[in-house]
Amino acid sequence: MAIFVDKNAKVIVQGITGREGAFHTQRMIAYGTKIVGGVTPGKGGTRIESGQPVFDTVKEAVDATGATHTIIFVPPAGGADALWEAHAAGISLAVCITEGIPVHDMLRVVNTTPGMRIVGGNCPGLISPGKALLGIMPSHVFAPGNVGMISRSGTLTYEIVDNLTRAGFGQSTCVGIGGDPIIGTTFVDCLRAFANDPETTALVVAGEIGGSDEEDAAAFIREHIPDKPVVAFIGGRSAPKGKRLGHAGAIISGNAGTPESKVAAFTAAGVPVADRPSQIPELLARRLQPASA
Amino acid sequence: MKLMEYQGKELFRRVGIPTPSGVYATSASDVGAYITAHPGSWVLKSQVMMGGRGKAGGIKFADDAQQGETLARELIGKVLKSIQNPEGEEVRSLLVEEKVAIASEAYVSIAIDRAAKKPVVLVTAQGGMDVEEVAEREPGAIVKYWIDPAAGYSPFIGRQLAFGAKLPEGYRKTFPALLGALYRAFMEYGANLVEINPLVLTQDGRVIASDAKVELDDSGLFKHPEIAGWNKEQPSDEDQAAAVAIGLGMSNYAKLGGTIGVIANGAGLGMGTMDAIRNAGGEAANFLDIGGGAQADLVKKSYDLVTRDPNVKAMFINIFGGITRGDQVARGIVEALKGGDVREVPLVVRLTGTNAEEGRAILAEAGFVPVETMDEGAAKAVALANEGKN
Repeated sequence: MAIFVDKNAKVIVQGITGREGAFHTQRMIAYGTKIVGGVTPGKGGTRIESGQPVFDTVKEAVDATGATHTIIFVPPAGGADALWEAHAAGISLAVCITEGIPVHDMLRVVNTTPGMRIVGGNCPGLISPGKALLGIMPSHVFAPGNVGMISRSGTLTYEIVDNLTRAGFGQSTCVGIGGDPIIGTTFVDCLRAFANDPETTALVVAGEIGGSDEEDAAAFIREHIPDKPVVAFIGGRSAPKGKRLGHAGAIISGNAGTPESKVAAFTAAGVPVADRPSQIPELLARRLQPASA
Repeated sequence: MKLMEYQGKELFRRVGIPTPSGVYATSASDVGAYITAHPGSWVLKSQVMMGGRGKAGGIKFADDAQQGETLARELIGKVLKSIQNPEGEEVRSLLVEEKVAIASEAYVSIAIDRAAKKPVVLVTAQGGMDVEEVAEREPGAIVKYWIDPAAGYSPFIGRQLAFGAKLPEGYRKTFPALLGALYRAFMEYGANLVEINPLVLTQDGRVIASDAKVELDDSGLFKHPEIAGWNKEQPSDEDQAAAVAIGLGMSNYAKLGGTIGVIANGAGLGMGTMDAIRNAGGEAANFLDIGGGAQADLVKKSYDLVTRDPNVKAMFINIFGGITRGDQVARGIVEALKGGDVREVPLVVRLTGTNAEEGRAILAEAGFVPVETMDEGAAKAVALANEGKN
């Protein structure tokens, strides 16, 4: 089943003829994602090399193709506009890859797009291995299976998934929720979806310093996911206070967002926190053992 | 981007929030001239970013022009030190403001609540002190309101907060409009935080912003190019300047303090690499996210930037190729070390993902043996750094 995207989802690409958009469109098609077209204002009526039609507006694209999903590769100043356009056209899930969208733009977008799930911005997207790739992940690292994975980072996700795959743990869906302060889909949103997905039998949550999303996730797991083993990882445990490390959201201010607070929250929820990505498969195996015995 | 007090007050005045009368001055003679033209009692406030400026001796009072000029001469160029900032910060300019007769001090701020995904307003009648202290001592004294950005601000929010926080009666008439203006500033300029502490009620019944703390979202600055230039007058962040100088993102490099240089692709992997080094018993000298799709030239410049720190005894380059291609990175490493114009330190490279095979071949040809995993690489880098010390 997977969550958010499967092989039947009809996807359009906003910014399909741009450098990044064009490159990743081909990778997604190669993976089996049903890319039914794309949008670049002014290039409507043309087709990309692999044959998919290009439209001037999202509305035209949706009307012509019946697309329900979109993936957005537009410059940061146009990010909010692209999301509003997708919402107005009736898109139900939008993955926003764009990095650097103003925080206030996202603040307004997430409060004015009811009914549309937004993943990102500043995220690597999502993948349901063996079914569909709606993102920019290096797909060869992933393998189909039953572990649901949620992460705030891109490359750290690849690192963790690589460890999982090598240890024989395939994945149902991996969601990179993005590193910005205001994002469309949080850990809790993903956990809620994974909780209801019978194909997902275990979970990995990879958080990082800053904000309180990990603490909220821990509370949700404790209350609502008693039956699926969860392992957590926190990136940036050695980071000093007040320094912004790459992700706009990854900053410890005062005592909020500290790794100690996040580790404590997971531990209190009965979720083991791995010291390093390579430890995750082992912790997962240990958690799965009693259930299978 | 954090604004200085005088810059924050400039934004406040633009939206109609009253601030004390006065002038911004960069020289002692300007201060003297201003007080000569406007006789009375004035406050000289050092314009610095650090907290604890008052305790550090950065605020002085003057009753005439001569005293003002003398005090200004003492302050400008002085390095203020506080508990929050032991290294100190040099005073480059002053804000000269009317000395107001205070009847009461309140606190108001608007910040972004990440979890609620809404702006949150905080108000307390206990202004003039650290709000975190108030929160700890008497949490009930702080009232909050989450504004729905779709609906925007309406004066009832201000009334509800003013009554809820038991602000003295003198605030009530003006507070709803003032908070509306503060919300306008928050939204219009894309702020992460706008804070007035204290919001002063004067003995003659005026409500004015006696201080201004404003932090703007860097990603939104392009909408206000005139403000983006303001930070030229601020103490520059050396890390940010160094990152931008070689073509990295502003927050992609941070100097830390350990002995092992780090270059990784992606912020998460960069942090993970720092953690792996600590797990192996060492400390990272820096955080450096080389970004996605890094080319050989950027790898070389990053290597140079990291090794400019004399504390760096070994280097760990950790690349998980996604968009970034392993062969490009490998070429950058070989290139960086070939010229002999960078400081060479013992190097550990971990390359995996896209084009890793090609990358490893390039490295092997140049005499480097890449490691397989992040843990292995961290352990090796720590061992090499320790050897270098002896």
